[in-house]
Amino acid sequence: MATVTTTEAITDPMLPQPYSVRQVVKETADTFTLTLEPSNGAGANRFQPGQFSMLWVFGVGELPISISGDPAERDRLVYTVRSVGQATHALVSREVGDAVGVRGPFGTGWPVEKAEGRDVLVIAGGIGLAPLRPVIYEVLHNREKYGRLVILYGARSPRDLLYRKELAAWARQRETQVLVTVDYGGLSWRGHVGVVTTLFKYARLQPERSLAFACGPEIMMRFVARDLETRGFARENVYLSMERNMKCGVGFCGHCQYGPHFICKDGPIFRYDQMRPLLEKYEL
Amino acid sequence: METLERIIADHPFFAGLESYYTNLLTGCASNVRFDAGTYIFKEGEEANEFYLIRSGKVALEIFAPQRKPIMLATVDEGEVLGWSWLLPPYQWKLHAHAVGTVRAIALDGKCLRTKCEQNHDLGYEILKRFAQIMEQRLEATRFQLLDVYAVGR
Repeated sequence: MATVTTTEAITDPMLPQPYSVRQVVKETADTFTLTLEPSNGAGANRFQPGQFSMLWVFGVGELPISISGDPAERDRLVYTVRSVGQATHALVSREVGDAVGVRGPFGTGWPVEKAEGRDVLVIAGGIGLAPLRPVIYEVLHNREKYGRLVILYGARSPRDLLYRKELAAWARQRETQVLVTVDYGGLSWRGHVGVVTTLFKYARLQPERSLAFACGPEIMMRFVARDLETRGFARENVYLSMERNMKCGVGFCGHCQYGPHFICKDGPIFRYDQMRPLLEKYEL
Repeated sequence: METLERIIADHPFFAGLESYYTNLLTGCASNVRFDAGTYIFKEGEEANEFYLIRSGKVALEIFAPQRKPIMLATVDEGEVLGWSWLLPPYQWKLHAHAVGTVRAIALDGKCLRTKCEQNHDLGYEILKRFAQIMEQRLEATRFQLLDVYAVGR
């Protein structure tokens, strides 16, 4: 009979590790940012920008959630979660000190290293800014390695905007342009109104020497990728974060299969030239 | 001092237009300024001009009874505002108000329509440029209609 040693148990990707909630911040009416720290006091699992974890709310269920924190902060993991169902509601309702199980990090990250020496274009829609925030931290911590950083962010309305203070702080950084838009503006909103692609014409960068990272609803990314191509971006320089129903996180269960890919293992980050034929298929 | 013709030639909407045509356009142009909060035009009014925005932001709004106005889009520096002057019945379909101080070049639609009828090459140039703007805004409107960030999408 096979035995499982303690070391194996700790590294088993199917076993959640105990973390506790350090902080919960309300970002919008339905979106919260949770900071988790390992219950054993050790360092948190290291991650690449763009990777995700499986978060266990004990007694309720398990959820795939992208890591939205700073990769340089080694003692914690940060997640931004929109409360849309029973499990996400239970997760965002955790209080400081409550236990949450964490598996991962899983999946491929944004290829930030490929962007060195180039301009970086970050395009986010809605909660899609969360998986891209670690990229922004990475670029801003290593400013000399990168060219211009352009952040284009679209949300449904002004009250749905995430990380408002950080957006303002990023806009003050050198060689950084932050443009924000909402699909529908209220009377007090004095910023841009229109879908996120309407910001492209204001972005100051050179497409031929840029890498673009996009995250948001899949249909938004289709519009974005198509528009980027029109504006001179090569398909292989555009990266998208895909989403499917991820369960095991390691490509065993097949729940997140998308054409020939398992999103949890081969993705969630893919190049647009890989995704384009699949994005255009109705039945996927 | 910048001449009207120079300003028109340098505006992105007329980028690459031959000087012969910018000269024709200048005859229909004037400098305008709108203070913050001013309505530039309102739904149902006669549409007899369009604007090359030089600075500032214009909000396009639609009204529905018993609701606050809905801001559907903004038009910024370097963009063009209004195409209702181009097609009958020459009436605005939306409200446009200056979010801050707006400086623009107004082009008289009646004057321009006459010149386009007389000179079809000019008319074709104008139509090509407006068709591109219409295509971009139609695409953006389709995207907006999808309401992609709503819960349950």
